[in-house]
Amino acid sequence: MNVSYTIAIPLIPLAVFLVLGIFNQKIKPAVSGYIGVAGLLTSAILSYYTAFQYYFIHGKEDGVFQTFVEKTNWMSFTETLHIDMGVLIDPISVMMLIVVSTVSLMVHIYSRGYMKGDDGYTKFFAYLSLFSFSMFGLVLATNLFQIYIFWELVGVSSFLLIGYYYTKPSAVAAAKKAFIVTRFADFGFLIGILIIGYYTGTYDFQTLTNPEGSIIANWASGSFMGLSILTWALILIFMGGAGKSAMFPLHIWLPDAMEGPTPVSALIHAATMVVAGVYLVARLFPMYYFVEDGFALNIVAYVGAFSSLFAAIIAVTQTDIKRVLAFSTMSQIGYMMLALGVSGYEGHEGVGYMASMFHLFTHAMFKALLFLGAGSVIHAVHSNYLQDMGGLHKYMKITSITFLIAALTISGFPFTSGFFSKDEILVAAFEHNKLIYGIGVFVAGLTAFYMFRLYFGIFWGKNTKYEHTPHESPLSMTFPLMVLAFLSIATGYTHFSEYVSPDKMGFETHLDVKLAIVATSVGLIGIALAAVFYFKPNNLSDRFAHAFGSFYKWTYDKFYFDEIYLFVTRNILFKGVAASAAWFDRNVVDASMNLIGNSTVLASQKIKKLQSGRFQDYAFAFVGGAVVLALVFIYLWTN
Amino acid sequence: MIAGISIYEILTVTSIIFFIGVYGFITRKNLISILISTELILNASVVNFVVINKYLYPTLLEGVFFSIFIIAVAAAETALAVAIIINLYRQISSVEVKETEIMKY
Repeated sequence: MNVSYTIAIPLIPLAVFLVLGIFNQKIKPAVSGYIGVAGLLTSAILSYYTAFQYYFIHGKEDGVFQTFVEKTNWMSFTETLHIDMGVLIDPISVMMLIVVSTVSLMVHIYSRGYMKGDDGYTKFFAYLSLFSFSMFGLVLATNLFQIYIFWELVGVSSFLLIGYYYTKPSAVAAAKKAFIVTRFADFGFLIGILIIGYYTGTYDFQTLTNPEGSIIANWASGSFMGLSILTWALILIFMGGAGKSAMFPLHIWLPDAMEGPTPVSALIHAATMVVAGVYLVARLFPMYYFVEDGFALNIVAYVGAFSSLFAAIIAVTQTDIKRVLAFSTMSQIGYMMLALGVSGYEGHEGVGYMASMFHLFTHAMFKALLFLGAGSVIHAVHSNYLQDMGGLHKYMKITSITFLIAALTISGFPFTSGFFSKDEILVAAFEHNKLIYGIGVFVAGLTAFYMFRLYFGIFWGKNTKYEHTPHESPLSMTFPLMVLAFLSIATGYTHFSEYVSPDKMGFETHLDVKLAIVATSVGLIGIALAAVFYFKPNNLSDRFAHAFGSFYKWTYDKFYFDEIYLFVTRNILFKGVAASAAWFDRNVVDASMNLIGNSTVLASQKIKKLQSGRFQDYAFAFVGGAVVLALVFIYLWTN
Repeated sequence: MIAGISIYEILTVTSIIFFIGVYGFITRKNLISILISTELILNASVVNFVVINKYLYPTLLEGVFFSIFIIAVAAAETALAVAIIINLYRQISSVEVKETEIMKY
């Protein structure tokens, strides 16, 4: 299968970015919207074509999905260690192509309505295209270094888009926070990459992740502080992934990132960029699994499980609807991470890996739908807060129904896609680790509860008086909602496990009825509780919150993690490390330079009196010098 | 050959004139006097040219021509110097050398 044409998938959005970026002022907003959508549509069609060709026609040989690579040497260090640029086509990269192109296309269409009349309309589409380019590049990367380059590029686009409303100080602060926190995590990622490069001599994914290859076979060759070197590298790489995917304790940037326009939250902070960490671990999965019997993978599992629980608890108390969704995203990504963490490798053992990718796939659709629905609501009532909403169902039928579908899907309601993917995750967790399974089930209940708290709070509940009667959003906004609502259900029926599995052979899955009943009933209890609390206006929820007392307050304030980070950065980093470094810089480095400069100035001030300006003095010095020289030479010659 | 006078005696005289010029150049306060002192220095060297030409190559005339050339240059140089002094006088209404120290540092 010749895959070289897939290089066009990232390059088309790049071209759109350049055109819109350079001719920013010259292009009419309406035209730039069409250019952006057209570019992404082309990429999406190419992605679907690639997926069709790969999954159904050329991909499988002897029952195994092949990996197709097209690359060119970009920078070489040694014979084996070189950085390539190219495209890599394998089951998960093709799956990600579909996710990114679909969600990005929907968000582009949606933005035409949502951003209408905004001053930076063209700029917005340029940034969106830049992001799409970077994300496609990340997905198609052939080696660790290429993925790192695009990793940083998505970070930059995320920064630009969070800070899109740059006149708002909170947006600027959020953009900086997101960039600094993920950048800090990427520092670990970079060290991991360098360790891998040093000890294995290659960055190439195929060489690194070959389970029969020498790198995985010789993982024990070097050790550091009781762990294999490769394990350290994988933990550090996971740190980068955790930063991008907002895993505890690097999650603090994601809620603040909601300062960006809502389509951006849907695209970047729900569906695509934040799952890059999951994708990265999946990409290196054979390494995680085989090196040191999966020590690093266990860390992934526990971090994922804890994050999903932690975020779900916070999500219950938040009142800003986008923040609820942000914490929900964090929780669902934790779910994917824990699924990867409990996965095996061969045949049906790899159900966790498959489930993780499956959940990534379905989550992208329904979470994008939730965000776009929330955007539609915000567009109508001009507020992010749950207190300002209620009873919107009769004004916005389409938004309400699509939001309901998404909420049912994320709650794992039977026969939606979330039901299937969550079930697979719980099956994998149940087989591997009962504690993680327990957390998973509890989080499923919490998810259903907070999601329906949101749904009832927005569309039912109290009948809020609105200054302007809210109305349904235009077709450009409701069309993506309907498409994504359809996909939220349809993606559950894709026989995902036949296409994506760690050993690339595919396997059959069957619904585990027992576990499905447990998970579904927990979900239904969550929904029922939410209905009791929030469907009709009452004060039950307030009384409940009161009963929890300080725990409620703690949760509402997100367990004070922002404050802890601020304390650490301000009091320890700034006052301790940075201040002493600044002292050293001022008093040692700068001072030594100043000493040289000052002594020169001082010396010149002392001797400049010689330049009296009286030319007779100069003439005297000249004649005197000549006489002295003459005497010296006469003396030398005569002796 | 000048009868009864050796080259040393003439060179002694020109050296004396030269150092009188140098002394005047360094010690005079008035710019015009300094200019005159430079003329003395030049004239001492002109005489040296002529005398040394006469004593070393009596049949040739290069030294003599060169002294005429120096006299021409000296005239031009004097004109230039006087022009500078006049301009200076317009600026600071003085031809005293200690008034020209504004260019120091």
